[in-house]
Amino acid sequence: MQATLPTRTASEGEVSPAAAMIRRMTGLFFVHAFLLAGAVFILLPFVWMLVTSIKPPEEVFSAELSFWPDRFYGLENYGFALTAAPVLRFALNGVIVCTGILVVQLLIAIPCAYALAKLQFPGRHLLFILVLLALCIPIQVPALPIYVALAWLGLLNTYFSMMVPFFLSVFGIFLFRQFFRSFPDDIIHAARLDGMSEFEIVWRIVTPSAWPAIAAFSVFSIVAHWNDLYWPLIVISDINLAPPPLGMMYFADAETGSNYGALTAAATVLTAPLVVTFLFARRRFIEGITMTGVK
Amino acid sequence: MPFRRQFLWQKLTGAGFALPAFLLLLALHVVPLLVLAALSFTDYELGVVTFEWVGLDNYAQAFSDEVFRRSLVNTLYYVAIVLPGSVILALLVAVLVHQRKRTRSFYEIVYFLPVTSTLIAMATVWQFLLHPSLGVINAALRKLGFSEVPFLSDPDLALPTLAVIGIWQLVGFNMILFLAGLSSIPRDLYEASAIDGVGNGIDRFLTITWPLLGPTTLFVIVTTSITAFKLFDTVAVMTKGGPQGSTEVILYAIYLEGFYYFRTAYASVLTLVFLTFVVIFSVIQTFVLDRRTHY
Amino acid sequence: MAQLDLRGISKSFGDTAVLRDIDLSIGDGEFLTLVGPSGCGKSTLIRIIAGLEPQTAGSIEVDGVGIDHLRPHERRVAMVFQSYALYPHMTVFQNLALPLTMARLTMAERLPLVRLLSPRRRRVMAGIGQEVGAVAEQLQIDRLLDRRPAQLSGGQRQRVALGRAMVRHPAVFLMDEPLSNLDAKLRVHMRSELADLHARLRATFVYVTHDQVEAMTMSDRVAMMHGGRIIQLGTPAQLYDHPANLTVAQFIGSPTINLIKGRIGTDGAVEIPGGRIDLATGLPAGAEVTVGLRPEAVVPAPLAPAFQDPVRLPARLHRRENLGPEQILHFDLVGAEKAGLTCRVMGNESVVADEPVDLLFEAGACHVFNAAGERVALPATPASGRPPVRSVAPLIGGTGA
Repeated sequence: MQATLPTRTASEGEVSPAAAMIRRMTGLFFVHAFLLAGAVFILLPFVWMLVTSIKPPEEVFSAELSFWPDRFYGLENYGFALTAAPVLRFALNGVIVCTGILVVQLLIAIPCAYALAKLQFPGRHLLFILVLLALCIPIQVPALPIYVALAWLGLLNTYFSMMVPFFLSVFGIFLFRQFFRSFPDDIIHAARLDGMSEFEIVWRIVTPSAWPAIAAFSVFSIVAHWNDLYWPLIVISDINLAPPPLGMMYFADAETGSNYGALTAAATVLTAPLVVTFLFARRRFIEGITMTGVK
Repeated sequence: MPFRRQFLWQKLTGAGFALPAFLLLLALHVVPLLVLAALSFTDYELGVVTFEWVGLDNYAQAFSDEVFRRSLVNTLYYVAIVLPGSVILALLVAVLVHQRKRTRSFYEIVYFLPVTSTLIAMATVWQFLLHPSLGVINAALRKLGFSEVPFLSDPDLALPTLAVIGIWQLVGFNMILFLAGLSSIPRDLYEASAIDGVGNGIDRFLTITWPLLGPTTLFVIVTTSITAFKLFDTVAVMTKGGPQGSTEVILYAIYLEGFYYFRTAYASVLTLVFLTFVVIFSVIQTFVLDRRTHY
Repeated sequence: MAQLDLRGISKSFGDTAVLRDIDLSIGDGEFLTLVGPSGCGKSTLIRIIAGLEPQTAGSIEVDGVGIDHLRPHERRVAMVFQSYALYPHMTVFQNLALPLTMARLTMAERLPLVRLLSPRRRRVMAGIGQEVGAVAEQLQIDRLLDRRPAQLSGGQRQRVALGRAMVRHPAVFLMDEPLSNLDAKLRVHMRSELADLHARLRATFVYVTHDQVEAMTMSDRVAMMHGGRIIQLGTPAQLYDHPANLTVAQFIGSPTINLIKGRIGTDGAVEIPGGRIDLATGLPAGAEVTVGLRPEAVVPAPLAPAFQDPVRLPARLHRRENLGPEQILHFDLVGAEKAGLTCRVMGNESVVADEPVDLLFEAGACHVFNAAGERVALPATPASGRPPVRSVAPLIGGTGA
């Protein structure tokens, strides 16, 4: 082959070390300028929430733009938020509802997913197709009939009514089934030969190995139900049963009017648990969202 | 025959494991859906003991209902803003964040923060931020010499303002999905392209990143559409459909009809329309997911 | 086309030094191989030359001009990756054309839609098409131009990767283990193709591999790397016949060189288990040494090698590997715990029965390494260097084998 000289354009030949440096630096500058501008937009409500929650009313209501409070009023605002409305009660309700939902979801979904992944039984295909179809149905669709049924049964305004539509997570079944399918059959066979019952195999062999999927699903489930407003708004009218979003809405509407100091204090208290958990378990959170992929 | 017996036993175990999930699936998805469909042909209202079959009356009413039509248009308008806004921003941020080494986790945390925070609480904070006289945003505008902007009380501005909050909440979520897609692109390809003359960020994006991110992008587009279509929380807290119905959206209409005015039968028609849209998005999603295995 | 000079290249990740003060001059048109075990720094070095990673210290020059500040594509180098790094969403043609479109089209002419406005683009693309076609023809992949990488076999992908490097006519070809993803047979074939390619292009090749056979068969010179340093640089023959230290001696050559622990006796000879070797090492009495013997330098007595005054070691056959034209014989030395010798002899008939035999070798065939593992220079003896090439001796024995 003819050995041609390398083709070099004029601009390539003239790159000096200094120009290369400047080129790199300007690039970095614009990248960070853009990202930081976005970060300010994202953080603005959080920062303002924290700052306002320690401001006295006269500063909140002054039309002047001031960042840091002249007078620390945090104790009063948080005190008011915790006493005037049962904010801690809201948080506790959130914990109860989220835990209840998650536990039942796991208890129901894991054996079902195992059966779908590893066992032969009549109706297996039908069940799986139903699961796939149900994946498309958001809670707002069956909400109406379920509400009517709960009303007939006199079960409105109970923890049970808040949790029951979510006891079955078709998404959990789907996720765990995918995970279990890659579990080696040989280990299950070995466990059967060792005399383990199918029940023990599910809970003592297969489930521990699915820990990443379970953690991801838990993150997904807790974030979804801690923050859910639609369903509690429908079935709960007793404020003592309200989970955080409903409680926040009630607090914003009724108690405080425009007492923004107390309002932001309440918002801080109700947002904090998930945000703090996120800061400590960032990897798990991000994995959870990535793995689950849908919201 | 022992073999036959063992086989039968496995079938029974499988069915036993799947049974709770199957029953819940019937009770929470299948039956409610059938009831919903049946209700849509009646004049049932919650609390009333009797009802009559009215055929397609509810459907006719829904499609001629000005409010419902407006809420549908508003919802699609909202999707039309949030979808490009959150997807393009998230893609940009993800591409830039992906190249950072030391600052990557900082940006990840910041942008992801709204996903974990309770939207209702943050919506209250946003409401305060956007307050015409007390809000920091208008204070800043005044300082810069602009006039106050009534973000939430101007019918032309209310829905776009909610859309900006929607983008604020979704950018981090979509960014995480894009980052997952980005890290599945082999580093080799970027190195090979650097040697082949793909020198600047725009070329790199156009030749490598964008084509290889295609499947992720389609997925993000569909999930974002569904999420945006389910707009409810910010409307319920911040505008309640106003001003002048400019933020009436489909889920809020369903909520009002079904759980506020208790016009159950009529609400079930609206729910079915809502479901139709979600199913269309989901079908696209399934189609997209099938094609995710690429090259 | 280009002389490549590395001066004092060092690289460390935090406290871990990966490369320590590498000096290396690669001549115009030379085929130089960096060989070494994994983790020796050879891949890092080639990536630094490509500009994919910055060095911690030192500089790189092409034809006497520093290129450290240049981005990879400005360095006139092309690289073939171990994974080939073909763009999965592009056809073979597009893969091959990419380096040229990047160099010859302006930014605007590359943008989607906007590019349709440029009349010049079509002319440039036609030229590129011809060049790509020519390269594809040389590599016999011209029938594959419309396919995607996923539709190609390993060998075809390898050729596309080569072609993508060739279209730019780079001054230096960098190859990072390009054959290691191929099956054994194809690897042997591609070795000779690469050597042919180098002969045709007369470009400078820097080739990284962990496979000493590739290093020995293709290179003009080999740089053996270990622990972030070049521990020997020379022609393949120099590395084989005069390994600078134990590491090189053990790495180069298959089967591996025989190593026998010994010490210098009071009379200056090397004492090894079961015998002594008359060598003037110049080392003091009592010094620990290691004696290296290539497997083909040791011959069992029944094969009657034409050695003059050979060293004899009694041994017993432990295992025999028949490779067809030659065989590898593993012996245990009699009277030495766990010490063995491997012989490589031509022919495939069984040589020795179960009883002890003598293994013969000449003192001049020995490589002596001191306690630090460095080669000890020996005064040239008539028999030094490679052992005489033996004809396939008529094999005796065949005890029922």
